[in-house]
Amino acid sequence: MYRETEIVKQPGTGEPDVFGDMVINIGPQHPSTHGVLHLVITLNGETIKKVEPHLGYIHRSIEKMCESLSFRQFIYVTSKMDYLSSHINNHACCMCVEKGMQIEVPPRAQVIRVLMDELTRLASHQLWWGAGAMDIGALTPFFHAFREREMINDIMEETCGTRLTMNYMVPGGVMTDIHPNFQNRVHAFIDHFKSKIDEYDELLTGNVIFENRMQGVGYLSKEDAISYGCTGPTARGSGVSCDIRKLYPYEVYSKLQFDEVLETGCDCYARYIVRMKEMRQSLSIVQQLIDNIPEGDIQAKTKAVLKLPKGEYYSRVETARGEFGVYIVSEGGTTPYRIKFRSPGFSNLSALDQMARGGKIGDLVAIMAMIDLVIPDIDR
Amino acid sequence: MTKEELKIKLTEFFPTATIEESGEWVNINIAPAGFHPAVDVLRNKVELSFDYLFCLTCIDWKTHLTMVYHFESTTYRHQLVVKVQLDRNKPEIETVSHIWRTAEFHEREVYEMFGVNFLNHPDLRLLILPDGWEGKNPMRKDFEDPVNMIKL
Repeated sequence: MYRETEIVKQPGTGEPDVFGDMVINIGPQHPSTHGVLHLVITLNGETIKKVEPHLGYIHRSIEKMCESLSFRQFIYVTSKMDYLSSHINNHACCMCVEKGMQIEVPPRAQVIRVLMDELTRLASHQLWWGAGAMDIGALTPFFHAFREREMINDIMEETCGTRLTMNYMVPGGVMTDIHPNFQNRVHAFIDHFKSKIDEYDELLTGNVIFENRMQGVGYLSKEDAISYGCTGPTARGSGVSCDIRKLYPYEVYSKLQFDEVLETGCDCYARYIVRMKEMRQSLSIVQQLIDNIPEGDIQAKTKAVLKLPKGEYYSRVETARGEFGVYIVSEGGTTPYRIKFRSPGFSNLSALDQMARGGKIGDLVAIMAMIDLVIPDIDR
Repeated sequence: MTKEELKIKLTEFFPTATIEESGEWVNINIAPAGFHPAVDVLRNKVELSFDYLFCLTCIDWKTHLTMVYHFESTTYRHQLVVKVQLDRNKPEIETVSHIWRTAEFHEREVYEMFGVNFLNHPDLRLLILPDGWEGKNPMRKDFEDPVNMIKL
């Protein structure tokens, strides 16, 4: 591992040092990595020859930890993986346990779950938009994005009790009923955000400087996107149809009207456009559901101690960053024998080298911003 | 392709492998020796074309290790779970990172966590664990670390 910036000489060429490759480190503490990611970059002049991620600075061994937690407890640990999609992580784990226990989730809980998922997706994309623009040098969007994100956080706090790692979903439904104020607050948010999302576009999307920084940068072909296992907006920007909500609908997604956003630009700008359009789709899903929450139970009747029958269970959901998978191997006991979290960020990061290679060092931050890396999700 | 059609196709290509349907998807058990030619068939036969590897992991069964590969075809939208049983004392398997590029990172993770040696892997090094961890495999069932406790 390279600890310092150094010049690597090609052996045997006899060239002076100035023509060698330069190896530089970005991170682990670097503002643009949004966490603790260490990148070792080999440069020739300003051209990137290789990007090598070093992970593990926030590795907590969640998979091993889950092996000693019961099927009710392990769900709470998963909020700390992709903390911007914590509802959706919890959702995937609950679905996997429900699959094993054959629990039918009541319709009211299903709708509440989907509502929470989509609000989380909106909040996550807002943060990405603000922070991504800030990485590239535009500071204003950050304040706009956080103003709207704050409204979602307030909604979450009222119903779930927390603002970031909600731990609201339990096997069989949701933990508590929604707050009496929930619907009014969400309506207020929809009315507010509907006008603001156009403002987002005015601020950034058509900006010439921004377009120049994005278009043609970080090319990832459709075949490579599939081969690297990219999912979410990273893959959909390359024209790969991979939205789990559409392909394998869960909960009430099959009854909803929304489009899978596909772009064929294969560059950073395409990924940006996908996320911007996804925000509108999520807003439309929230609008469709908020007045149609059916009455009824919020939890199915379950036993106090869950014992998953011997076997293997896999559930897939779409988080804000892509496909999240939970693979549980059960031996019939009260704890999972083996658990694997297929995190979207891990696979998306592996394509970073492919996207950045041959480009300029100045574009690397733009590429990373448009993958939307969340480091705890990658390290687990 | 439905599960039944997929099973019939798979029996044509792999007459010796055992095919079952224990979980959600079709499972196929392949011996380590036949693994390398088998993945080529899975990727390149037009009827199968499994081009998307969405999950690669390993399970420690205390007596042996099992590699688990989850494949999907983005053309036909059928899934397949490939399982390969490995010797726990000397786990070795051919890499698939030349076919599915995502495997490069996933295999490095399995290498450090379970100690599986991936033959012909382009860059088999520690990915998540810090330098000097070689030889200790935290995700194995018999791993104990009194200093950095993982088990709760």
